Parts: sequence; C-alpha cells; structure tokens
Amino acid sequence: MKHHASDAHTLAAAYALGALEPDERREFTAHLRECQACRQEAAEFEATAARLAAAVSQAPPPALKPAVMSAIDGVRQLPPRVATTAPSRLSGVLRRRAVPLALAACVAAAALGGVAVWQTQQNREAEQRAGRAEQRLDAISSILAAPDARTVHGRTSNGALTTVVSSPARDRAVFTAAGLPAPAGGTTYQLWLDHDGTMRPAGFVDGDGTVLIEGGTAGAEAVGLTVEPDGGSPRPTTAPLLLMPLTA
Amino acid sequence: MDDSPPDGRAWPRLRLLTSGAAAQVNRPLPSGAGAPAPAPAPACASASSSAGDGGLAEVMEKVAHGDKQAFSVLYDALAPLVLGIVVRVVRDRAQGEEVAQEVMIELWRQAARYRPEAGSVTTWAGTIAHRRAVDRVRSAQASADREQAQASREHHTAFDEVAEQVETRLESEQVRRCLSGLTELQRQAVTLAYYRGLTYREVAETLRTPLPTIKTRMRDGLIRLRDCMGVTT
Ligand SMILES: [Zn+2]
Repeated sequence: MKHHASDAHTLAAAYALGALEPDERREFTAHLRECQACRQEAAEFEATAARLAAAVSQAPPPALKPAVMSAIDGVRQLPPRVATTAPSRLSGVLRRRAVPLALAACVAAAALGGVAVWQTQQNREAEQRAGRAEQRLDAISSILAAPDARTVHGRTSNGALTTVVSSPARDRAVFTAAGLPAPAGGTTYQLWLDHDGTMRPAGFVDGDGTVLIEGGTAGAEAVGLTVEPDGGSPRPTTAPLLLMPLTA
Repeated sequence: MDDSPPDGRAWPRLRLLTSGAAAQVNRPLPSGAGAPAPAPAPACASASSSAGDGGLAEVMEKVAHGDKQAFSVLYDALAPLVLGIVVRVVRDRAQGEEVAQEVMIELWRQAARYRPEAGSVTTWAGTIAHRRAVDRVRSAQASADREQAQASREHHTAFDEVAEQVETRLESEQVRRCLSGLTELQRQAVTLAYYRGLTYREVAETLRTPLPTIKTRMRDGLIRLRDCMGVTT
C-alpha cells in the first residue's frame, strides 16, 4: 500500500462521502490500517459529512417509530467484535493471543462499519481488553475448573473436531471446534441443546475456537450444530453436522 | 472417548475466539455462577472524543446491551437525520422511509460495534445511513442498467436538483453558510457525491471535469467545510 501511497492518500474525502467504487473502498480501508494521517482525515471528513446529513433532517412520520420498535423485537443484536488476551494463569489451557489479533478484530470491525480505526495507544487498549477478556475467561474457566467437569469429543460431518466440556453443577458447557470450514456466505453455524428431541438455540460459532454454550445444560442430552441463515433460526432448518451426547 | 481422533490430529484445545461467538460470554450469566458484569463495547481507538453528541454515547452503551428504552431515546435523536439523508439520496419519500426503517433496525443490530473513540454516535449513524441509501440507489441503478430500462442517468437533471435543494432546503444555517464558502466546483463535487450518491467517477462525468481535478476539489471542499464547521475529532 505504501508504495503507491501518493494516490491512496488523496482518497479520504471520496471515502467519507461514500464516493468510492466497492473495490476502491476495500483498498482504501486496507490503507487506513497503515496510515495514521488518512485515518485521522477520514474520521474528520466522516464527521463533516454527518453535518451535511444533519442539515437535511426531516421529521419522520409518526408511524415509523412503532414500526421500528416492533421490528427490533425480532432482531438479534450482533455481539461486539472483541479480541481476547488470555490471562497468564490460564495460558496452559487457553492459547495466548495479544495485540496483533486485537488489531485484526478492529480492522474487521472497521471493514464492516466503515469507521476509521486508530492504532494508537495499542498497549493501553490491550490492557483494557485483557481486563474484559479475563472476565469472560472467568466464565469459561469456572466451567473448565469445575470438579464435575466432563469432556466429550466429536467430529462434524464436514470434518471438524469438536470438544464439549460441561459442568452439571454450574449448569453450563463450553464448545470448541478445530478445522471448521468457514460457513458459506449468508450463513452461520448455530449451536443447539437437545432437550428430549426439542432443539433449543444455544448460540453461534463463527469458526475455530471456544465459546460458552448459551443456556443451562440441565436436562439437555446433547449438543448439536447446524448451518443456519445469518442471524440464526428458532429451530434447526438443516440436518445436524454434529450431535454430541452430554452424558458420555 | 479421550483417545486421539482416527486421522491422527489432536482433539481441539480450548481457546477463545475473537469473533461473535466469544462475545456471547459477554452476556449476563445466571447469578451465582461468578457471572461477570457485561463488558462495554470494545474500543479500537483512544484518540478522539465524541463531544457534541449530547450523551448519546452512554445511550448507545445501553442499547448495545439490549435496552429498548434506550433505543427509543436513540431513535428520537437520530431518526430525523437518518430519514433526511436517506430520502435525499434515494429521492423518493416512500422508498426513503423504507430504507430509514432498515437503517434504524441496523443501528439496533450493530449497536455493540459502535466505538466512541472512533467518532460520535451521530457520525456513526450518518455513515451507516448514507451507505445504505447509496447501496439502494446503486443496486437499483445496476438492475436498471441490466434491464436497459434506462438509457442513461440524467446527470444534469440530478445536478440541478441537488443545487436547488442545497440552496433552499438546508435546515442548518451553518452548513448553508459553509457550503457557500466553497468554490462552485468544490461545492458541486461534494454535494453530488454526498446528497446524490454519485461515485467520484460519476461526478467527473456529470461535471465534464477530469477525474484528478474532481478528486482534488472534493478533498479541498471537504477540508474547507471541516474547518468552517469547526469539526474536530
Ligand atoms: Zn494515507
């Protein structure tokens, strides 16, 4: 990027005005990761553009608000894009990941949100992340460390190896996958808890790694995994890739 | 079942994701399980402020945790801006209201991705709204092109319309004054891109001006606007 930077440096205005072609937008978004000056300029230009938007404000029709408020009832919120840093006391169990991944997460967020990203004060940021990550890890580690924790292994029909650790005492379980192919565009992996043949939604898996399974495991016989349209489904719409008994 | 997998690979070891899945840990857990307090939205930046946002950043934090009461406040604060810019770009009131509704739902959906350090809530919402409106216009344009339903875009008509709207319908005295401080070409480049949703190539065609000139005027125009409006980050 830096090699043809003289051109790239001039695009912050067109970027902020939404005037780049899609491929140029992608290239410039990549440039923003490397160029502090353009990040700063793009942020200021986006703030300027927002003033242009505010200047053409219109009172919405009264019916719009109730329509929006009732629509969000059925809309699942995206989780924050969070990078994690494993506390050292868990480093034997949880692979340590630090700043580079944190930045990757920021970059991914920027690519989605189109908002300029700063990379300054990475260390302070990493510390804050570590603090939050530690809280999250506490939830997972409390399950891993539970005296009654039990481990089962499985294999998805598309070739990933999986592990579930559950703790009846904590009424929770964690799920780990390795070698899970990226889901096709517009789809996501969704976890399920099998209660007497009824599959209850239990969260989502974006790829390899460990997640806390949503919902209590009491009374659940198995953990399932399916591919669902983005945003998930109230019940499985595809054949399970995996069904792992919890009571092994 | 603790033996090795048949193909010799090791069973997966536990590690955390950076993606959405890991963040589910962020949800409130049952009490008594050592549940951590929900963490605030992650910050990628720490350089700038979101001054002038009237406390919307705090509202956003609540919205990010699923607070519909807070979203109602956010709606009241942002819907006029969202509707205004969307209707301006798509140039159709009914379609604009439809897109504005989509945008407001999108703000709910993406609330946890908002990072105060990267800019104000208003800027964030304005960026999302503008992009969604532009996407709508361009996809409509693309299908129109495919069907050859329209021989060409009526760029000059668009320009006249935008120029007129900018003159007569700006709510903000400051923005009107600042726009009038631009050169003609700067103002055209900025307003055709932003209010009409044209790419800078289309702006160059519309104004029959070389591409590099348009790029420069667009940038010079935004710099002048930024300074005139006193925008800081
Ligand atoms: Zn640059």
